[in-house]
Amino acid sequence: MYGTGLAKGLLLTLRHFVESYADDIRYGFRKYHHSTDNFAIRQGTKTKGVITVQYPDEKVAVPERFRFLPFLIVEDEDHPTRAGKDWCTSCGICAKVCPPQCIWIVRGSDPNTGRPVPDPEAFFIDIDICMNCGYCAEYCPFDAIKMDHDYELASYNRTTHHIHDKKRLSKPNSYWRGIAPTRAYEEMLARGTWEHKDAAKEARRGTASSRSQPPRPASAQPAVAEAAAASEASAPAEATAPAPSVEGATPWSEDDAKREERRRKALERKARRAAKRGTAF
Amino acid sequence: MDNPALAPERQLDATTIDEATAYLQSEYAGAVTADDREGYQGVIIDRARLVEIARVIRDDLGFDYLSSATAVDYLGAGDHMEMVYHAYRTSGGGALVFKAQADRENTEIPSLVSVWSGADFQEREAWDLMGIRFPGHPNLKRILMWEGFHGHPLRKDWREAYYEEEQKPFDSRWPGGHVHRAEEKNVFGKNVSYPPEIDLNRLMDTSESAVYQSLGLGVDVERIMDKDGFETNELVVNMGPHHPSTHGVFRMVLTVDGETVTSLEPVMGYLHRNHEKIGERNTYLHNIPFTDRLDYISSMGNNHGYVLAVEQLMSMGRRYNPPTYRCEALRVMMVELSRIVNHLWAIGFWLNDIGAFFTPVLYFVQERERILDFFEAVAGSRMMCNYMRFGGLFADLPERIKSVSNLTNDRVRDYNTMQFLTEMINERIPRTIDDLERLLTQNEILLERSIGVGVLSRDDAINYSAAGPLLRGSGVAYDIRRAEPYSIYPELDFDVAVEEEGDMYARYRVRVAELRESVRILKQILPRLEATAGESIWADGKPGAYAPRIPHGEAYGRVENGKGELGYYLVSAGGRGGSANPWRYHVRAPSFINLTPMGIMSRGYKVADIVGILGSIDIVLGETDR
Amino acid sequence: MELNLQELNQTEFPVPAELENNIAITSLSQLYNWGRRNSMWPMLFGLACCAIEMIATAASRFDFSRFGFEVMRATPRQADLMIVSGTVTKKMVVPIVRLYNQMPEPKYVLAMGACASGGGPFKEGYNVVSGMDKYLPVDVYVPGCPPTPQALLYGMIALQRKIDGQSIANGDDVPWYGVGTAEPTPVPVLGADIIDPRQMDMIRRQAEAAANNAPAIGARELPAITQVAVTRTAVESAAVAEAAPVSSDALTFELPTGGVPWTEAEDIREKRRLRALARKALRATRRAAEEE
Repeated sequence: MYGTGLAKGLLLTLRHFVESYADDIRYGFRKYHHSTDNFAIRQGTKTKGVITVQYPDEKVAVPERFRFLPFLIVEDEDHPTRAGKDWCTSCGICAKVCPPQCIWIVRGSDPNTGRPVPDPEAFFIDIDICMNCGYCAEYCPFDAIKMDHDYELASYNRTTHHIHDKKRLSKPNSYWRGIAPTRAYEEMLARGTWEHKDAAKEARRGTASSRSQPPRPASAQPAVAEAAAASEASAPAEATAPAPSVEGATPWSEDDAKREERRRKALERKARRAAKRGTAF
Repeated sequence: MDNPALAPERQLDATTIDEATAYLQSEYAGAVTADDREGYQGVIIDRARLVEIARVIRDDLGFDYLSSATAVDYLGAGDHMEMVYHAYRTSGGGALVFKAQADRENTEIPSLVSVWSGADFQEREAWDLMGIRFPGHPNLKRILMWEGFHGHPLRKDWREAYYEEEQKPFDSRWPGGHVHRAEEKNVFGKNVSYPPEIDLNRLMDTSESAVYQSLGLGVDVERIMDKDGFETNELVVNMGPHHPSTHGVFRMVLTVDGETVTSLEPVMGYLHRNHEKIGERNTYLHNIPFTDRLDYISSMGNNHGYVLAVEQLMSMGRRYNPPTYRCEALRVMMVELSRIVNHLWAIGFWLNDIGAFFTPVLYFVQERERILDFFEAVAGSRMMCNYMRFGGLFADLPERIKSVSNLTNDRVRDYNTMQFLTEMINERIPRTIDDLERLLTQNEILLERSIGVGVLSRDDAINYSAAGPLLRGSGVAYDIRRAEPYSIYPELDFDVAVEEEGDMYARYRVRVAELRESVRILKQILPRLEATAGESIWADGKPGAYAPRIPHGEAYGRVENGKGELGYYLVSAGGRGGSANPWRYHVRAPSFINLTPMGIMSRGYKVADIVGILGSIDIVLGETDR
Repeated sequence: MELNLQELNQTEFPVPAELENNIAITSLSQLYNWGRRNSMWPMLFGLACCAIEMIATAASRFDFSRFGFEVMRATPRQADLMIVSGTVTKKMVVPIVRLYNQMPEPKYVLAMGACASGGGPFKEGYNVVSGMDKYLPVDVYVPGCPPTPQALLYGMIALQRKIDGQSIANGDDVPWYGVGTAEPTPVPVLGADIIDPRQMDMIRRQAEAAANNAPAIGARELPAITQVAVTRTAVESAAVAEAAPVSSDALTFELPTGGVPWTEAEDIREKRRLRALARKALRATRRAAEEE
C-alpha cells in the first residue's frame, strides 16, 4: 500500500525516541546520571538513544594513543641526578620527519669549545603549521618528544600564543606517565629502563668503575601509581609490575671497542653513500 | 567482456598485458617503442599517432577504461614532458601503460577526449598545472587555479612564494633552527609573488560578467544577464562555492531553461591546496599524513593506496619483505570500517540533499562516532588516522580501549578492544544498516525523488572513467578488490554490489549493499585477527626507517576506496640507491574524475535534482581539488 | 547547558538578604552580553576537513546548540558567527570576504584549525592563504589539525567569555553603534596572484621596481592600507601585528607561554568592576562631604 514505507520509517524515528527512555529505565536511571561509572555505559557499544556529552561538565577523556600537539619531556624535579634536564638530545630527527616542517631546533654548543652538545638550546613548534601526525614522537629515539592530550588551547591572539618555545613545550616526565601509563610502560620495556637512555649509561659507567651508585630500577613506581590513582582509572596491572633488570639485551651493554668499531663502519658507509649521491638519474 | 560493441575482435581483447604491448610494437613499429628505463613499464607512443593507437587500445585490445592520465616533468632528465596513461579492461586485469612525450617548450600532445571522455578533466588539470596543450580538447582551460594565474605550478622550475628548498627536510630547521614565519620573508607579508610583467590596470574588474568569464559556458552570459534585453528563454544560475548542499566549496554554473537544466559546468579548485606540489617536496614518509587529508572521511583508505604504491616501488629493490599477514588483516579491517563510515556519511548527506532534513544524518553520525572512537584509540586521531607505514603499521591494536583522565571533568572509559570490535561488527553496525533500510529503502518519497533521476548509462559510465558506486550503479561490476585484487582480498568472501539502472536510487542501493558486504568482510577478519595475535605487524620485524630510500622506477598503486578508484602514480628518481623524495606524486582522485560525467548526468533534469545528483556521486572536496 | 540566570546577578550593589532570590540587579552591559553570547548562530559554511569535525560538533553527541549556537544558517544574513573551518585558499578567500561583508553586525570570526589560523600543513602551497587573519579580523583561534569536537566547543566557549568581557560603554567593543556606515572589508582580486586592495600601492611600487630592473624592495615594510575600510580596531591591530617586521630574535625572546584564554576576559571584567567600585566610593565620599 502506498505510504507503508513512509510509515515504517516514521515508526523507526518513534522507536529511537522511545528507546532513549527505555534504555534509561533499563539501566535504572543511572545511565544519564552525571557520574563517572555510568559514562562508559553511555558512550559504549551497548547503549541506545541519546549519547550527548555535556561538554564542560563532563568531557570524554581521550585514549592513551591520542595525539594533539607535541611536548618535550624533562626530568622530574625530584629526580636525584637529572632534575629538570631535557630528555631531548637535539639530534634533529623530529625536525627531519616532520611533514610540514614545523619544528625548529637550535642545537646546543659548549660555550668553551664550541662543539655541539646533546642538549637543545632552543626548541620551537609552530602550532599553526603542526598537523598532529605524531611522527616526531614515533621516530624519536630518546622518547623525548610526545604528543599531548590537552586539546583546550583556543586563544585570542595567535601571534603571541601559537609558537611554542621550549619553556612552553616542556612538561615533566611524570606528566607523560600519568596521561599514558601503558605506553610509558611499553617504552620502558623497549628502552630497558625507566630512566633516560643516557642516564642509564651514566649509571652503568658509575657502577662499572666505582660501584658506588646502585641502579635505581623502580624509582618511578610511586609516580605512576599516584598518577593512575589520581586519574580514577584502575591502574594497569602491567604498570605496577617491577621493572625488568637493566642488565642484558640492551644495545649499550656492549663494550666500548665494539661500539667504536660500529661507529667507524657507519662513517665509512656514510662516505660511500655521499660519493654515490653525485650520480643523479 | 560481455559488450560486443566495445570489442569486436575476440582474440585481441583477451591477451595478456605483455602480449598486448608486443602486439602494439609489432603492428606500429616506429610509432610504439617499449619504455626501457629502469623500473618503468609500458610503451611510449609517438604523439603524432597517439589518438589512432589509443583507439586501437580501446576497441581492439579491449582496454575500455582509462583510469588515469597525468603528466610528468622530466626537467634535467631528458628535458621533456610526458603524459602517462593507465588503461584497464572492465573485465579485470592489470594496466596497459602508455606514454607520449613532448618538448618542455610549447608542449603539445593530442587530446584523447575523443577516445575516452574521462580524459577531459585530467587533461585540463595537466594544462593547468603542467602547461601541456592538448589540440583537439573541446574545452581546454584551467581547472584548479583561476584563469590568469601566472605559470604552471607543477613544473619543476616553477617556485611558490614561500619556496624554501627543493626537497624536505629543510636545512633551516636544524641544527640552527631559529624560528621564523614564512610570511616574514615575503615582501608582502602574504603567500604571494607577482611576475615582473604584472599588468595592474586589468586587475580591478569585479563586474558581474567577471564572475562567469573564463568559464566557457557556451552561452553568452552578458546577453542572458542583460536586464534591458529581457530574455526569458535561458538563465544562468550560480551554485556555490558557498552553498549548503555542494558538500564543501564546490561551484556549479547551470544554464537553465525554465526549471530544466540545459548545461552544467562544474567549477572547482576552491580547495586546491597543492597536494602534489607539496608531495614532491616531501619525503615518502611525509606524504602519509598528507594523504589523510585527501578524502578526509575515509583516511584509512587513502593511507592504504599510498603505502601500496610505495611498497610496489620498494619491491623492485633488493631486500624487500612483504607485509605480514596480521598487518594486511588489520589494514583491510581499518579500510572496511572507513568504507562504512564513508557510505553512512554519503547516504546521510545525499538524503539531506533530497529533503530528509538531518534526521538520518544524525543517526548515522552517531554510529560514525563509535567507529571514530575506535580509530582514535588505535591510531591516535579521529579523522586523520595516519595509521599505515611502508611494510607495516603505526601500532598494533591496543589490548584495551582505555582513556586516562587528564583535564578537569574528564570521564574515563575502559573497554576490551576485541570485545568492542566484536560488538560493533556483530551488533551495532548491522543494526544501523537495518535501521537505514527500514527508514528509507521503501520510503515512497525517496523512491519518487530518486528513481530515474541522474541516469548514467553503462557505456557512458565506462567512457567517462566513472568509478566506485557511480560505476557499479550503472551496471558495471567493476570493483578493484576483485578486478585486480590486492592485500588479502582474494581469500575473503564477498560479492561485488551492482545495480543496472544507473540512477540515483541504484547508487543508493549499491552503497547499502556495500555496507553489508563490508560487514561480511569484517566478520571474516575478526577470527583472522585472533589467530594472528602476537604476530609482528612489521615486515622486517622492526619498525621501518624514517627516511627509506625508494628504488628508481614508477608505480601506480590503486585501491577501491569508498568513493571509487583511488590511485597514486609515483615516480622515483635519483641515483642507483634510489631517492627519499618522490619525483612525481600524482593522485588519481575518484571524486575529481567522477565529476566528469556530471554535465551529461544532469542535462534535462530540474534544478532541484542537481543537488541530489551531486550528492549521489558522493564527492569530497579535499580529494576533488587536492 | 542551561541558561544560568544567576550569573546575570553579579553586581556590587548591595541586595538585602531576604530579596536575594527575588530580584536581579545587573548592568546593561551584562544583559546585553548575555543576550548576545547566548544566541550566536554560526554560518553553515564548511571549507575542508575541519568542517567534518564541525558537523560532528553540531551533531547529537556534542551538540553545540546547548550553548546557544542554536542552528546553522546557510545565509550570511542570518548568521552571527563565521566558523572558518579548514584551509583557506586564494581562490576561496574572495567569496569568504564577500560573505563576511554580508553578515550583519555584531559578527564574529572563529578560525578553526591550524589552516584557518595560520596556513596549517599546507601553508607552503602556492594557492593557500596563510591564515584567515590576513584578510579578516579573527576573534578566536582554535589550534589542532583538526581540532576535536571538544576542542572546538572550548573555542566557542572562549568566544562567549570574550563577549562577556566587553562593555557596551566602550566604543571599541561595540563599533557597530559608531557614527556613519561601516565600510566593507575590501574584497581581494584574483590576478596573476591574489591581490589585496589594501596592498595595492606596495604592489605597484614593486612592479615599477621590477620594470626598471631594480632589485625588488627587499626590506619588509608595513602594507600600505589604501582604503581605511575597517571599523573594528581588532582588524587594525591584527593586520599590523601580522605585518609588522618581526626579527627572529624578537620572536625568540618575547614569547609568552600562553595561558587560559579567558583569564584576560575575566581580567577586563574584574578591572571594570573595580573601577565602578572606585567611582562609587568617590561619589559616596563627595556626597558625604556635601552633606557635611
